[in-house]
Amino acid sequence: MHVGLEHYLIVSALLFSLGLLGVITRRNLLVIYMSLELMLNAANLALVAFSRFNNNLNGQVMVFFIITVAAAEVSVGLALIVALYRKRQTAHVEDLTAMKY
Amino acid sequence: MTASLTWIILFLPLVAAAVITLFTQRDRELSAKLSIGAVAISFVLSAVLFLAHGSGKPFECACPWLFLDGLEIQIGAILDPLSLVMLLIVTGVGGLIQIYSYGYMHEDRSVGRYFACLSLFTFSMLGIVLANNFVQLFIFWELVGVSSYLLIGFWHERASAADAAKKAFITNRLGDFGFILGILLVWNVTGDVNFGEIKALLEHNPQAFGALAGVAGLLIFCGAMGKSAQFPLHVWLPDAMEGPTPVSALIHAATMVAAGVYMLCRVFFLFNVPTAWPASLAFLGGLTPLNVIAWIGGFTALLAALIAVQQNDIKRILAYSTLSQLGYMIMAVGLSGPTPAMFHLTTHAFFKALLFLGAGSVIHALHHEQDIWKMGGLRARMPVTHWTFLVGTLALCGVPPFSGFFSKDAILAQALQRNSYGLFIVAVFVAALTTFYMFRLYFVAFRGEARDDTASHAHESPSVMTWPLRLLAFASLFAGVWGIDAFLARGFGDEHLHSLPWYQALLEPLSHSPMAALFGLMATALGFSAAYALYSGAASDPLPMKLGALARMMRDKFYFDELYTGLIAFTHEAISRVAAWIDRWLIAGIAVRGTHGTTELAGRALRLVQTGNLQTYAFLLVLGVAVLLYLVLK
Repeated sequence: MHVGLEHYLIVSALLFSLGLLGVITRRNLLVIYMSLELMLNAANLALVAFSRFNNNLNGQVMVFFIITVAAAEVSVGLALIVALYRKRQTAHVEDLTAMKY
Repeated sequence: MTASLTWIILFLPLVAAAVITLFTQRDRELSAKLSIGAVAISFVLSAVLFLAHGSGKPFECACPWLFLDGLEIQIGAILDPLSLVMLLIVTGVGGLIQIYSYGYMHEDRSVGRYFACLSLFTFSMLGIVLANNFVQLFIFWELVGVSSYLLIGFWHERASAADAAKKAFITNRLGDFGFILGILLVWNVTGDVNFGEIKALLEHNPQAFGALAGVAGLLIFCGAMGKSAQFPLHVWLPDAMEGPTPVSALIHAATMVAAGVYMLCRVFFLFNVPTAWPASLAFLGGLTPLNVIAWIGGFTALLAALIAVQQNDIKRILAYSTLSQLGYMIMAVGLSGPTPAMFHLTTHAFFKALLFLGAGSVIHALHHEQDIWKMGGLRARMPVTHWTFLVGTLALCGVPPFSGFFSKDAILAQALQRNSYGLFIVAVFVAALTTFYMFRLYFVAFRGEARDDTASHAHESPSVMTWPLRLLAFASLFAGVWGIDAFLARGFGDEHLHSLPWYQALLEPLSHSPMAALFGLMATALGFSAAYALYSGAASDPLPMKLGALARMMRDKFYFDELYTGLIAFTHEAISRVAAWIDRWLIAGIAVRGTHGTTELAGRALRLVQTGNLQTYAFLLVLGVAVLLYLVLK
């Protein structure tokens, strides 16, 4: 079987949807975070696939940037979560509704 | 050369006003001298222009001021017989009155402000006189209104003066509203505001106004109705006497109130077009705007003369007499006689300024007593004031050879020449009344015995006040034979009046229109004998006994003030109620509370979306993206 661009894109879309589902349904902030990473990587996969099939390195350059930014974001995000946990003793989103009307 | 002289004449008083207001207001002597100096130089320059251009062609100069699409508005100056005579009146009579004020206002604290206002007034009046287009005329027209307001309310700490100033300003505003509508109409029809251009256009095409010719004339007349205090807007002028007496002399007798007459003469070509009325005014068919003007003038003259008969305040008598004489002038304009109107304006400026200044001298000597029944016997104690006042009275009554005789006779002759017998009878009757009330004033105030302590201790005014009186008396005596009428007539393209040597001019009225002269003299004689019989040596006014209710109505000015007050209160109340309803229900109710209520409800509903739950927001975000994607990719 020949593996084409659409196969990669389908996998990427599946990964993205799984990540999104996780973000929306899971209650634990850490899990939500991991799901977010999953969504980012789905985007990375699509970009690499496009790069490969278009004989163009732009997509891969983009991926490097995303990986870098994701690393930075994760460090900040995890620091926030730790700080939050220390203050509230919880990492569940249902308990964090201070911004409610 | 001529142009720069003209600009100097115009702007010198403004410079004086500005310098006084900004720098020298505290220094009373210097302020007075600056103001008098400015008007004196303007007078000398006007005399120079008069000699240089009096016999030549009209001169016009202008500089552009404002560009609107398709229209250039200028600030310009015309020098023709009409404006040259007015220049001399405004600067000459104005100058004398300013010199007189120097004596009269000597005690006052705010002399600086007084002279600044007088200079501002002189500037504005000169602007009207020189104007070569409607817009400039209107600007200076309003400036004159403002300076008049400032001067009537000069003693603004007195409530009556402040009220009178407001009344004058607001009443004038009514007339000016019609005036500006008229200007806009003329501008709209002719596409120009320059007098010369409009005149040329109307000569070329007299039908340019179509059915609006009559309306345009009447609207322009509205301006004169306000400024020259014609019925029904006459009510402000008597109240304007709250101002200092020299102001009454200058503004509310000699010059400003004459501006309406001057304006009508300046734009007289507007009334020479064939009359037509729009369908909604068809009931005016057969009348021309000039007929309406003439009858309003005649009615005002009669009304004011009747009221003057029963006034006891020396300034009010003169004020109603001014109204009455203005009525004469307006009537003359309405009888297609701008020359007699301007002639009477000129002589009236002399003798009415003289009379007011004489009254001021009396008031000054009697420590602000204005009731003629508390005067008496002033002839011996104030000789100069007495004889100059008598000259003014004789001139006003039209006794030959005083100037008033010639100008009043010219108006009577004009009425006869136009076959307007109704107005002729009115004018003759008013002439009799004029003589009656003026000699009533003269006999009561100057003859007989002093009725009051202050009157018996009166003494003559200082020479800075009596010299202007002497000079004005000289002018009032001789102005009739100087050939002013012939000079003015040339300005209106009327060449048949020739300048006569003075000894012929003296008898000219008798040969020109013997009927008019005869009736005028008879009226004067009648008025004089009635006044002599009733008031010579009278201790109190016998007329209320004889006339009863009529005398009361005259004394109460035929209740026009009460009528207007009631009318205004009534309409004011009605308008206020409607306005209050609109404010309460439409503006505060629907607009303000409605907006507030809807916004608040919407806010309450929308804030329920803010659950504070991160995942809800994430879900809504994704939902939004999905919807957008669907819409884009559809």
